[in-house]
Amino acid sequence: MTTTSSRYQVSIEADPTVPIIRMTRDFDATPAELMRAHTDPELFARWVGPIGMETEILDWDATTGGRWRYVARRDGVEFGFHGCFHEVGDESIVQTFTFDGRRGDVSLQTLRFEDLGDGRTRLHAQSLVDSFEGRDQWLASGMETGVDEGYAKLDTIVAELR
Amino acid sequence: MVARLAEGDATVGELADPYDVSVQAVSKHIRVLTDAGLVSQSKDAQRRPCHLEAEVFDLMTSWIERYRHQAQERFERLDAVLADMRSDTRLTDHHLEEGAAS
Repeated sequence: MTTTSSRYQVSIEADPTVPIIRMTRDFDATPAELMRAHTDPELFARWVGPIGMETEILDWDATTGGRWRYVARRDGVEFGFHGCFHEVGDESIVQTFTFDGRRGDVSLQTLRFEDLGDGRTRLHAQSLVDSFEGRDQWLASGMETGVDEGYAKLDTIVAELR
Repeated sequence: MVARLAEGDATVGELADPYDVSVQAVSKHIRVLTDAGLVSQSKDAQRRPCHLEAEVFDLMTSWIERYRHQAQERFERLDAVLADMRSDTRLTDHHLEEGAAS
């Protein structure tokens, strides 16, 4: 199945000169609404995890200098993630991100919500990792999560929510 | 390093130059990539430039495409949550207007 149900597609760029992944994606929402969906733990847990995984927030303080920790679970397998909220502004978030399976690695994530007017917002997300090897592993990790498993399920969830 | 080779062939020295790494470290990394069949080094020339095999391009492209798929899925869930937030708000406003208990 394809993801043609959405009118907005994400674009991704892996910078050849610095170990950065950049993404942009438009939303039918205001910057304030997008900010809330990123900082309210209950809302965040509903969309962040891969399909088929349950996200449990263990620690959450979405303020400048705050921290976060959550686990994603499926079939008794757990993946933990944690980091700090370095700066939470009105229309931007700067935070660190570490996968507990690779504790020495940390990426710096910058999210910016650009108001496009008419209730639309463009998300600019940038992840800076500490090496090209780390960046390429990050990109490759998408291969292990079984992306083909659940487009049908996703369609159902989206339909139920609407 | 793979990203640099994706732009064109380069010698070990050229690969080490822009980064704060030793030629030895780069050589070691290139050896691993060569053993894995991802990089080849021409034997004849003195420079022995490193060459990225075509399948690596395919691999990089497929990594990015998979990652894009995953991000797209995640953002579509975010779309649904945002739509939900709006309908919750409308519902609450509606209830308030009618004076009904939520």
